[in-house]
Amino acid sequence: MVRLQGVELTLKSDAGEINILRGIDLSVDRGETVGVVGPSGSGKTSMIMTIAGLERVTGGQIWVAGREISSLDEDGLAIFRRDEVGVVFQSFHLIPTMNARENVAVPLELAGRRDAFERAEAALEAVGLDHRLLHYPGQLSGGEQQRVALARAFAVEPHLLLADEPTGNLDGETGSRIVEMMFELAARAGTTLMLITHDTAVASRCERIVRMVDGRLDPSVTDLRMGADA
Amino acid sequence: MNGWSVAVRFALRELRSGVRGFRVLIACLALGVAAVAGVGSLAAALTAGLKAEGRVLLGGDVDLAFTHRRASQEQLDWLKERTVGISTVIELRTMARPVSRGGRQRLVELKAVDGGYPLYGGLKLRDRVELSSVHVREAGIWGAAVDSRVLEHLGISIGERFRIGDAEFRAAAIIDREPDRGTQAFRLGPRVIIAAAALSATGLEQPGSLIRYHYRLALPPGVSLADWRAQLQERFPGAGWRIRDVENAAPGIQRFVDRVALFLALISLTALLVGGVGVANSVRSFMESRVTSIATLKCLGASRQTVFRVYFLQVAAMAALGILIGLTAGVLAPNLAAPLLEGRLPVAARTGFYVEPLAIAAAFGFLVASVFTLWPLGLAGEVRAAALFRNSVERLSGRPPRRIILLIIGLAALIGLLAVATASRPDMAGWYIAGAALAFVMFRLVGEAVVRGLRRLPRPRQPLMRLALANLHRPGAPTTGALLSLGLGFTVLVAVALLEDNLKRQIEQVLPEEAPGYYFIDIQPSQTEAFRQLVGDFPGVANIQNVPMLRGRIVALNGTPVEEIVPPPDFAWILRGDRGLTWSRQPPGPGSRIVEGEWWPAAYGGEPLVSFDARAARAFGLEIGDTLSVNVLGKTVSARIANLRVIDWTSLGINFVMVFSPGLLERAPQSEIATVRVEPSQELALERAVADVFPNVTAIRVKEVLEDVNEVLSNLAVAVRGIAAVAILAGILVLGGSIAADHRRRVYDAVVLKVVGATKPRIMVTFLTETGLLGVLAALLAALLGTLVAWAVVEKIMRMRWEFAMEPVLWTLILALAVTTVLGFVGTWRALSLKAAPFLRND
Repeated sequence: MVRLQGVELTLKSDAGEINILRGIDLSVDRGETVGVVGPSGSGKTSMIMTIAGLERVTGGQIWVAGREISSLDEDGLAIFRRDEVGVVFQSFHLIPTMNARENVAVPLELAGRRDAFERAEAALEAVGLDHRLLHYPGQLSGGEQQRVALARAFAVEPHLLLADEPTGNLDGETGSRIVEMMFELAARAGTTLMLITHDTAVASRCERIVRMVDGRLDPSVTDLRMGADA
Repeated sequence: MNGWSVAVRFALRELRSGVRGFRVLIACLALGVAAVAGVGSLAAALTAGLKAEGRVLLGGDVDLAFTHRRASQEQLDWLKERTVGISTVIELRTMARPVSRGGRQRLVELKAVDGGYPLYGGLKLRDRVELSSVHVREAGIWGAAVDSRVLEHLGISIGERFRIGDAEFRAAAIIDREPDRGTQAFRLGPRVIIAAAALSATGLEQPGSLIRYHYRLALPPGVSLADWRAQLQERFPGAGWRIRDVENAAPGIQRFVDRVALFLALISLTALLVGGVGVANSVRSFMESRVTSIATLKCLGASRQTVFRVYFLQVAAMAALGILIGLTAGVLAPNLAAPLLEGRLPVAARTGFYVEPLAIAAAFGFLVASVFTLWPLGLAGEVRAAALFRNSVERLSGRPPRRIILLIIGLAALIGLLAVATASRPDMAGWYIAGAALAFVMFRLVGEAVVRGLRRLPRPRQPLMRLALANLHRPGAPTTGALLSLGLGFTVLVAVALLEDNLKRQIEQVLPEEAPGYYFIDIQPSQTEAFRQLVGDFPGVANIQNVPMLRGRIVALNGTPVEEIVPPPDFAWILRGDRGLTWSRQPPGPGSRIVEGEWWPAAYGGEPLVSFDARAARAFGLEIGDTLSVNVLGKTVSARIANLRVIDWTSLGINFVMVFSPGLLERAPQSEIATVRVEPSQELALERAVADVFPNVTAIRVKEVLEDVNEVLSNLAVAVRGIAAVAILAGILVLGGSIAADHRRRVYDAVVLKVVGATKPRIMVTFLTETGLLGVLAALLAALLGTLVAWAVVEKIMRMRWEFAMEPVLWTLILALAVTTVLGFVGTWRALSLKAAPFLRND
């Protein structure tokens, strides 16, 4: 489903060039759940961003759902995300001027789906928010907002779900419920899940854990659970 | 299509949060568009008034005018056959005097009318008196209708007598409204209307006297004006009359309206451009508040185009709202202004709904909104969705795509093109556009240089002062934009104030010093010697200059009829109507100098030669040896250009565009014109002495004319300052918007300063120093640029002597400081009145 080959990411800053990713090779199978762990600044988020096509690699290649994405232009990447990828953020990132149903409908509307609102309602029902359809983000709790974000991510039935610390802004109990829901939705839809987390309990629910250190994958941890390829 | 429908849906959802973020944008556009639309609508209303009243203002369907002579019997017979009414109106300037010797006299505009007057409209006399009952001869004395100012000036009442020329008249009625008042924009004196039959008694109708004979004609119904004029031209080619018809009844007033409207329209456009900076700030600030939403949309698969459309539609909707409010105000403005203009102009504004000025104002509004919003809108597409992962989404930065930049440049050029294309004087609009572009670039560059300079300044030891300075140069500080908008507004104010100051000084001080005290006109050749003797011996007279004068009209340049020539706007007046002509054996005295060619010998008696205005010659492409054809007294005279003179018109001395060689004009009936410099204390005594001996000679006191001009100028200045105030208001809106947008930063600074122990007054001083510095900088730059603009207009366009005046500049500086301090105070007060604790807890 996802294949990274020799992926490098170098960013320029006032202090000179910074090597964020230093040759990442990774394969993730369809439907697989992968936890990405590692210390702050190790390159976890950067790797996820390159897979989502939000950051252009400076070396190497990335394939997602059979498409080599590093050659796509910006609008091509936008369409790729719309059709293939769902993203869940730590800070939810709902659009404040849209209600829950509209927020979930956005990617469906962008894809030109006529049944965008019906599907958005179904997605919200799946996360238990069918009674909050017309509420705005400001009227929802943190947990509810993240459930809306989950509904939005799953509404387009993506092949790949990328989650960046989805429980980072939630209390323990709410976070657990969100994680439970995310894994359940991913399993039901057969969605490949890549999840960045600092929470070992969350990471342990994944079929595989990869650990990043200083822009590289730590081979010892990569092989930890499944003994799969690196 | 799906792209647009999704964009419309998303835009509508975003707009649910209301117009709050767009208040400054809406206000700036509304203000600028209202000014442009208001000025345009008022000009259109006045033009419509001129058109609607054309026949009445002109006094007929057609007006044929001769100078110095009446129409021939043959011409009159022809006209009588082809019209349904003719009215003869004779106009001249002369002196009205009390019956007793030694009283005050008054220059008046005398009109002698026949029984057919007025052909159209009605003469309104006070107390419903009829003109027919005024123009009767009782005991040998004719009745006259007079402007009330004539009575005031001569110190007489209705029923009492006064003199004009050799005749006595009885002031029989007061003129309240004259129907055919529209042929001149300004008059040198109040009106006196007498019967045509009474004119001969005055003895003013002398050969060469400056008298205009108008034949007002009523054409039969259904006759085509163009066909009628063609027949007239065919029957009497080269008759030498000036023909006006209802299509162009009052060109003088129309030109005046056009010029003033153009000037006010350009200042209004400045207000709109100043507001453009507010529009840009407003959109940037709005877009920055939406960066996370934009990044989210991009993350969810929205293309750059979709994102651009979503925000373009919102900004377009808000801009449309602002433009609509502006247009509405623009439609209403003439209704408010019309009563103020009543009586100040010879024509009444016909208020109504005029599409063209509104369309032009809307187009300017749309273009300005586009130019100033496309940059921040273009940056929306450049927002990186990746930033969502790092919570680092804050400011819009960088440049929009190249096609957006090219579009902005193209639209900015369109603003210039539209300004030039819709101006009555494209050349002036062109200069304005160049100046405005230069001012924008200058303020931008200087603003950036100031920010860089402040950054390099040694840091003040006083921490709060350090903060004030730092706030002006920190990344994202609104300094450049605020300097640009406030600076432009104040530049207009300084330029207008200095221009007004220079014009006033010219009229109130320089001209009275340099110009002669009097012009005496219509001196008969037989009176010249006696006149010179009387005036020359008069105490206090320093200088007399007298020359022969006739009126004539240029009919062809190098054989090309003037009707086929499109004159450069600055020199069109030379080909328009009658011009004063003279002849001379001697080269001209001070006031003009020969720059090309040779003066003819004093005893010259060959083919007619002419000395022509050098600047006009250049404008018309004329050279030495080319020919000028002039119609004088119905005869066309062609003369070869022998030399060119540069003429200084500003001295108000006797100057002529055309000076002929002796011979031809020498033998024509003519009068003399004289200028006299006399001590101010002796002016009235001299005027009386001349009037007693030469009742036919008209004295034009330059001081009085200048006072009239000054009054017109003062009225204009009110209008100009009013529109300039709109530009300042736009600048204030922009600064107010910047301060409001900066509110969060101020609150944060205030909270932190309070925590570390700064008192409220000290924090207040810090913030006020920041805005005050901005005000001073804007005012200083405005003083510099405004002075430059005023200097260029005075020296280069008006060709007058420039003098800098400190007062208007100082006032601008004070006003700028006051505006910025008050705005700063309001902004700071709001920030300081919030309690620190809740912010600290939230953080």
